[in-house]
Amino acid sequence: MVVDQLRDADLDRLFQAFADATRRDIVTRVTAGEYSVSGLAEHYAMSFAAVQKHVAVLERASLVTKERRGREQIVRAHHDGLQRARRLLDEYETIWRQRADRIADILAEG
Amino acid sequence: MTVISSQKNAEALSFTVVAEFNAGVERVWQVWEDPRKLERWWGPPTWPATFDSHDFVPGGKASYYMTGPEGEKGRGWWRFTAIEAPHRLEFDDGFADENGDPDLSMGTSHAVMELEAIDNRTRMTIVSTFDSAEALEKVLAMGMEEGMMQALAQIDAILAETKVS
Repeated sequence: MVVDQLRDADLDRLFQAFADATRRDIVTRVTAGEYSVSGLAEHYAMSFAAVQKHVAVLERASLVTKERRGREQIVRAHHDGLQRARRLLDEYETIWRQRADRIADILAEG
Repeated sequence: MTVISSQKNAEALSFTVVAEFNAGVERVWQVWEDPRKLERWWGPPTWPATFDSHDFVPGGKASYYMTGPEGEKGRGWWRFTAIEAPHRLEFDDGFADENGDPDLSMGTSHAVMELEAIDNRTRMTIVSTFDSAEALEKVLAMGMEEGMMQALAQIDAILAETKVS
């Protein structure tokens, strides 16, 4: 069955990563340009270590990459991971387009 | 074109779809309120939906199953969290086990549906938010089947036309 083929541990990590508002905000920021972990930490009312943990969750989900540059850790968006989430939502859009067409058919019956 | 726009937010796992119909608000509301109408469009042709209960009041529940191409059943439930006829409907949407009991391990989604009159037409806006991978995966698994079936139905229609002419 199709459902079995779709089961995917990577996908679970992806969705867990998106489940937190701070992590979503980090993804949005680094999509626009690279940040150091300390640069990110300035934007949140939490410790450097807490921000580092969020970055680690995003890294495991392949949404961001982290690279050491001198004393800084530079965080960048990982576009493949984001594209994957978009692809799933594209498929969901198709479902609703087809539902809307069926509703229109019912309404056309008068 | 029935669907006029849609918006995806991969970061927030939410999806917005806007559709317009050539009918008044009251009639579009009916396709949600009347379970016999609802089951004609909720499920794809390959996974038709049957609503065995539909308690359309705030706090009420609906339970339904979808029957797959090989007779397999996928069960689901809704819980209506807000109903403001005929303009606004909110519900939680989840999966259920064989007995119809909610299976929360599969995750749920929340839908907000709004209807707005525009001249003689009705604009329907739905915002769905998912809270887990599984909920979205399972919905999509049925959607893929649907895409294939629609293609087959189109071929059938073309063949039927050829026969008439």
